[in-house]
Amino acid sequence: MFLTDDEKCMRDGAEGDAVAAAMDLLIRYGEALGAERLCETRNVAGTMTQPSPAKAKLVEEGGWAKAFAVINLDCDEDIEIPRMKVPTCQLQHGFGEDARGLTRYSEQFIELQQDAESFYTDKGVNILATCTPYQVGNLPVRGEHCAWMESSAVVYCNSVLGARTNCEGAASTGAASLTGRIPHWGNHLAENRYGTELLHSDIRLTTFADWGMFGYFVGEMVGEGRPVITGEWNQPDLADLKHFGAATATSGSVELYHIPGITPEARSVTEAFPGRVVGEAIGYGPRERQQVYEKLNDQGSSTDVDFVLLGCPHASLEQIEAIARRLEDRRIHADVELWIMTPPALRAAAARSGYDRVIAEAGGRLLTDSCPAMSKAAPDGTRVFATDSAKQVHYLPAILGIEGWFGTLDDCVDAALTGVWRGELPSC
Amino acid sequence: MLTLRGRGIVPGVIEGPALVSTEEISGFGGIDPARGVVIEPRHELFNECFTDTVLIFPGAKGSSGWSGFFQSTRLLGTAPLAMVFNTLTTKAVLGAIVSRVPTVVECDKDPTRLIRTGDYLRVDGHTGEVTILDAAYQPAS
Repeated sequence: MFLTDDEKCMRDGAEGDAVAAAMDLLIRYGEALGAERLCETRNVAGTMTQPSPAKAKLVEEGGWAKAFAVINLDCDEDIEIPRMKVPTCQLQHGFGEDARGLTRYSEQFIELQQDAESFYTDKGVNILATCTPYQVGNLPVRGEHCAWMESSAVVYCNSVLGARTNCEGAASTGAASLTGRIPHWGNHLAENRYGTELLHSDIRLTTFADWGMFGYFVGEMVGEGRPVITGEWNQPDLADLKHFGAATATSGSVELYHIPGITPEARSVTEAFPGRVVGEAIGYGPRERQQVYEKLNDQGSSTDVDFVLLGCPHASLEQIEAIARRLEDRRIHADVELWIMTPPALRAAAARSGYDRVIAEAGGRLLTDSCPAMSKAAPDGTRVFATDSAKQVHYLPAILGIEGWFGTLDDCVDAALTGVWRGELPSC
Repeated sequence: MLTLRGRGIVPGVIEGPALVSTEEISGFGGIDPARGVVIEPRHELFNECFTDTVLIFPGAKGSSGWSGFFQSTRLLGTAPLAMVFNTLTTKAVLGAIVSRVPTVVECDKDPTRLIRTGDYLRVDGHTGEVTILDAAYQPAS
């Protein structure tokens, strides 16, 4: 792989041992991928503070420097960790202080994470603590090379923003944060950003649930492909596309899609498939919609809901407002816990705007930093949960061994108020 | 002896029994690093332990936590002996590197069709060769 003079200097230790280790990892990684060179990035979204048993052991042995060296640089040497070279943010991680005592999530992990935040903020890491950095100030511009992880953020970054990132991991983002480099491979190259399959929705997509179900279908159909979507819809908003992308990256491994007329890189179907004759579109009609709905709901049998989870991916302020509006002057069922996950920055805005109070008075909780799937913890005794997220209903039952229901926001709020799941597939 | 030729991306030579998945494998929500076991309920390797096997699979799927989960298998002592996969993605490639096990990718033939669970293999992460040493291999009882 070609290295610039600057990159060779980093490799040879001119900027210290940690930068040399980071460059060594990027070289091994880039060569394994078959990349011709590295590219410069000034936008890294990774994970350093999230506790795990393996990380706790490393911290005990050699502090956070040891944990960063091993986990984020794949390096066993005792090295000093310098400040991040380029803007770097922490994505979602484990539960924080606001969730203390709500689940069996380890108190020791809450403290370990606080300790990690002290270490990493000294190194210049921005603690956004969300799977949706693009909702809270990390909004790359079109064409910008990024090094992001979190599959739902990666697909949003590539597709909706037109920035360029592969689906990176803890080690590659760690190495990028100290070097400002990432392999110039995959989604970073213009020729790898065209469509591979055409899909058409015969259903008019209008709601958050519609976009999630359609996304789940698209991911199943194309796997690792780059779908191009046509159909009829009401203008989708941030939350709709956030849910759509997260679902495509859950049932499949989609990192980039195009919606001609909506997303920036393909103004038309022809532009999404340059120089190619496109075959017939894969269709999404009432039968396919019904099948997706049944699949997302095949992990529920009891209708006695004891936990409702909203905000996967983390809720926008507009979503929080919509939930608060439905809870005004009402009280959720005594046997149900209602949680809404959101970035810390939006929780602060929700508090200023009064939504936090409305939700709390109804008996719900607005929580930050994590989600039940990431932290592998739900309220004690949860047997049946309900959500409006295709992604969360896909993962959480397997992770926690509980039943799950998927439906619209109204279905979920109804379940929170009554303790009973009465969701049905809305007619289309 | 059948030999598949691919590209070695993590060096090292190792011999061991194959564990074959024709389905892609998830990291987050797909494996338990503490036990080295596949935990995805509908997966063909559900409840199978991959520790000390040569893991043969098409590629990675799911969350970007893939590499971190396989790195944890190394740190917790439950890693496979080697990996062989044909679909190159950032998740699987980085996962192989941080797992530090000999890895061969992009073989000339489909390893998930030609190799069966229990075949005794040699994986050479330098030359990129995967050799079936004993197709009738049965683990000692």
